[in-house]
Amino acid sequence: MIVLGIIAAYICLLLFLGLFSSLLFKGTSQDYMLASHSIGPFMLLMSLFGTTMTAFALVGSTGEAYVEGAGVYGLLASSSGIIHSLCFFILGVKLWSLGKKYGYTTQIQYFRDRLNSDKIGVILFPILVGMVIPYLLIGVMASGTFINAVTRGTFEAGTFPGFLEEGMNGGVPKSVASFAICVVVLIYVFFGGMRGTAWANTFQTCVFMVLGIVTFYVIAMKLGDQGSLMASLKHASNAIDAEKLTRSHMSKTQFATYFFVPLSVGMFPHLFQHWLTAKSASSFKLPVVAHPFFIMLVWSPCILIGLWATTDLIKLPPPVAGNPNAILPFMVNKLNGDVMTGLLSAGVLAAIMSSLDSQFLCLGTMFTEDIVVHYGGKGRYSEKQVILIARSFIIAIVLVVYVFSLFEPRRVFTLGIWCFSGFASLFPLVFASLYWKKLTKPGAYAAVITCAASWIYFFRESKFGLDDKFMVTYGGYETMPVMTMFFLTAIAMILVSLVTKPPSEETLQKFFPDKPTA
Amino acid sequence: MSNLTLKQGRLIIAGLVILLIILHQDNWNWENSNLVFGFIPVTLFYQMCISIGASAVWFLATKIAWPDELEEKVLAEISDAPEKGGDA
Repeated sequence: MIVLGIIAAYICLLLFLGLFSSLLFKGTSQDYMLASHSIGPFMLLMSLFGTTMTAFALVGSTGEAYVEGAGVYGLLASSSGIIHSLCFFILGVKLWSLGKKYGYTTQIQYFRDRLNSDKIGVILFPILVGMVIPYLLIGVMASGTFINAVTRGTFEAGTFPGFLEEGMNGGVPKSVASFAICVVVLIYVFFGGMRGTAWANTFQTCVFMVLGIVTFYVIAMKLGDQGSLMASLKHASNAIDAEKLTRSHMSKTQFATYFFVPLSVGMFPHLFQHWLTAKSASSFKLPVVAHPFFIMLVWSPCILIGLWATTDLIKLPPPVAGNPNAILPFMVNKLNGDVMTGLLSAGVLAAIMSSLDSQFLCLGTMFTEDIVVHYGGKGRYSEKQVILIARSFIIAIVLVVYVFSLFEPRRVFTLGIWCFSGFASLFPLVFASLYWKKLTKPGAYAAVITCAASWIYFFRESKFGLDDKFMVTYGGYETMPVMTMFFLTAIAMILVSLVTKPPSEETLQKFFPDKPTA
Repeated sequence: MSNLTLKQGRLIIAGLVILLIILHQDNWNWENSNLVFGFIPVTLFYQMCISIGASAVWFLATKIAWPDELEEKVLAEISDAPEKGGDA
């Protein structure tokens, strides 16, 4: 009960923060969705980092290291450190300048203007939403699993209805915990809007980084049990099987082609929105530099904890051993007292919620700005109605995600990779829109359709993420599906752009003003 | 550093990023099961160094390749034409 009490107290604190930030709310939809362009360097760093480091980074990386070994860090963490900052640098700054100059607040507004296509939103919006859903699903699923695992033994049989208690071992049922987290995030997003979300993100990112370090220390000391930290670390790591320390079971081409996955940050709607609406271009300097280092701070302890879970120093019950998503909560619960487990759980939930909130808000903004207001007509809806429509759409999406979370669970890591792969395949589109004058409207449509078709095809082939070993093989070499999707999208975009009518002189002058047109 | 042009700075950063990408594919560590400092697997330690290297390269980028002129230009354009914008 102590664990649950601490989690509840943390949630109350978070709600207070959301309500407090709402006192600064100016009452306009512009302020609600964009905090009136007031997000400076530190909050931008925390927001960008908080939203990219989520259940995937904590629960997913620990579980994946437990299954695949130490090589997991190289698959995504170090490559993300290089590629994410590269995207902030080559895309973020340029997009900020266009957002500032022409007043764009969502990526569809930008593409609509750049491609001179009123209908691009109709095709891009459902695809972006469809690809965000697996990412939301990761957070909702992981929060349920985590809370259930750390509260096991809290409730007596019969506390909850029978259908909820099956396999719950006296913990909060997963479906109830997931639902509660969704409601909490919705409340502070609704009250605080972008400002509340950015504040909550900053607060939660600090919480999960500090508590992450504490978690690592406590687990290392308890598991190694040698008196000093260094001796305990050595004892725990020496018990790891040699095979888990290497990448002998991992294909070299798979490892190399994982590099395409982090390109997803180029098209993630909530990151795109941050780029368009940051306070200044120089606000990006801190995130660009600190992001790789912060990724290392979060991922490396998780990888070691996942590796230690494979050793004889701790005995995993069969349900935990068979569910990589349950490794981190099990280790936290098993190796800590109630108070510590409660605090550490709050840290993990902070990471999960700090990603869900930005995504929820961004989806609401996109729906109202890109679909309702754009196609319904400006001035048709009042400020209050726009906010109401945004909130209604967010609730609808959360309900869809929640229902999906009740089905057979996937590995958090695998589901995350599928989500990132879809967005990464759209990278050629955003890159070409900023740096290639010959990108045409039909070329962009070809890119979006090819990306969606190839993503759906491969995702279906992988049994919707159930086959976590799914690869595309060329001449015996295994590659990540994202590589094929990326090149198919790029080829379709280039070929169609080259054979269709180039953009108008007016468009070229607007987006490439410094150089003479080709 | 201040003697470098923006173009030279960007070329240096591009070169360093390509170098990081090549170094990331550390085939030579594939079968190595040694522990650095007695507790960090070599493959993990090496990739952590890549992360630190990435932060260093991006720090350098903010010093020698950052498009400061872009921000100044945009802000100047906005102040010159306050009525423009918001037509998305």
